[in-house]
Amino acid sequence: MDVAIIGVGLHPFGRFPGVSAIDMGAIAIRRALADAGVEWRDIEFAFGGSYEIDNPDAVVARLGLTGIPFTDVYNGCATAASALTLAANTIRLGDHRLGLAVGMDKHVPGAFKGDPQDYACPSWYGEVGHFTTTKFFGMKINKYMHDHGISHSTLAKVAAKGYRNGGLNPNAFRRKPLSEEEILGSPMLNYPLTQYMFCAPDEGAAAVVLCPAEDARRYTETPIYLRASTVRTRRLGAFEVHSPWLPIEETVGATVDASRAAYEMAGIGPQDVDVIQLQDTDAGAEVIHMAENGFCADGDQEALIADGATEIDGPLPVNTDGGLIANGEPIGASGLRQIHEIVLQLRGQAGDRQVPGSPKVGYTQLYGAPGTAGVSILSV
Amino acid sequence: MAQVPVAEGIFTWPSDDPQLIASRCSACGMVMFPAQDSCARCASTEIEEHLLPRRGRLWAWTTQDFQPPSPPYAGATGKDFVPFAIGYVELPDEVKVEARLTESDPEKLVQAAEMELVVVPFGTDDDGNEVVTFAFRPVAT
Repeated sequence: MDVAIIGVGLHPFGRFPGVSAIDMGAIAIRRALADAGVEWRDIEFAFGGSYEIDNPDAVVARLGLTGIPFTDVYNGCATAASALTLAANTIRLGDHRLGLAVGMDKHVPGAFKGDPQDYACPSWYGEVGHFTTTKFFGMKINKYMHDHGISHSTLAKVAAKGYRNGGLNPNAFRRKPLSEEEILGSPMLNYPLTQYMFCAPDEGAAAVVLCPAEDARRYTETPIYLRASTVRTRRLGAFEVHSPWLPIEETVGATVDASRAAYEMAGIGPQDVDVIQLQDTDAGAEVIHMAENGFCADGDQEALIADGATEIDGPLPVNTDGGLIANGEPIGASGLRQIHEIVLQLRGQAGDRQVPGSPKVGYTQLYGAPGTAGVSILSV
Repeated sequence: MAQVPVAEGIFTWPSDDPQLIASRCSACGMVMFPAQDSCARCASTEIEEHLLPRRGRLWAWTTQDFQPPSPPYAGATGKDFVPFAIGYVELPDEVKVEARLTESDPEKLVQAAEMELVVVPFGTDDDGNEVVTFAFRPVAT
């Protein structure tokens, strides 16, 4: 059974002192309900994703205690993809006809902390300073640049596009354009990645309302169909976050596996996609993910980005709302922010950042520790 | 001042030629570091100790220019923090190991350069012992 998205809602991403993650989640849900033209009491089930909040379902205290099944999920940076996939599958199973996926988070500033043992790593791995995600991203793009001829200037162009697109997005965290020189000149964090090439953990919430495709026209004249939604974890030999060792044998990463499965499920290929959201934890990740999701061959990014291919008016528009670089990453909400942007783009409601030519197919990808990826494909 | 390893069971110490202590799966031959009691490829629990060769080639690298969050980071902090480099060294036909590198200048780190295992000072523990950890240094050519 096909599933439709009939409503999306967002609480802006950024820093909101005094506003709890639960309250941001409630605001995102109310906006999604209003967008769909339904009431909270109509919602039959929900999935909620968060890293910081143990029980996103507590949001019912702000919306109404209706007794619905409300399941909380956490799956690293792919948390929102997991909430969305589970919500869609609940509809496909025929259990319920109107449901909701919501993500919310409120992180303190600075790099994510954690206990290495929770990631199947020994304690010493953290004690000696290996347990940072940013270091993995630095290593991956450094090797990729060496192997495939990507320049430092290309990384700066990707970050500059993120801030520029963020300036067109009233919900974004970072809206001030930065020049390539400012980006390259900011402090080095993990070579070759500088401070302004990284996204920041921040705060925000996003929600979507889903129903069976056959019901969608009862609610909206512009349903957006969820053609595929997949989650994959790393296989042996993939180069992934928090790996004290890697085998000699090598294979593709979790993103490639999730992407291939999504294309197959949707019956859609990368050449059919009109607007793209990729996990840009850092500028290098966006470059690599262009190839890992099938939008170009390894190394072609250098010329494509120089030619402006990934700009809003280019042939491969990537992260039209500024991506993670401009929006930051409230982990539980990040993937639903991507869905929110694709839905607006496919409806033609993206305002100053609208991709020209009435885009018909959108694509989203998430990636994070310890090697988990989520991909969604949407169409009009 | 006594020297103590950052953890027991990860490298042979004290030793003039320290080696990393890995696991090898008796069923499929998979090599894993640090030692673990089951196989990441075939899930066998028939595992034997396996000492790794001391030389390999630099497979990927970056620098750690900011102080990692503490906990878990237990090294020098604040003005005493010294940026370092980190990378994977591919030990031929065995495994790729993630480790601190003794050279942290991006201009001097070369993809596929030959590297050798060393044990280096890392910090001081609560009892005043010098804590040492493993690292790879470029082999002088």
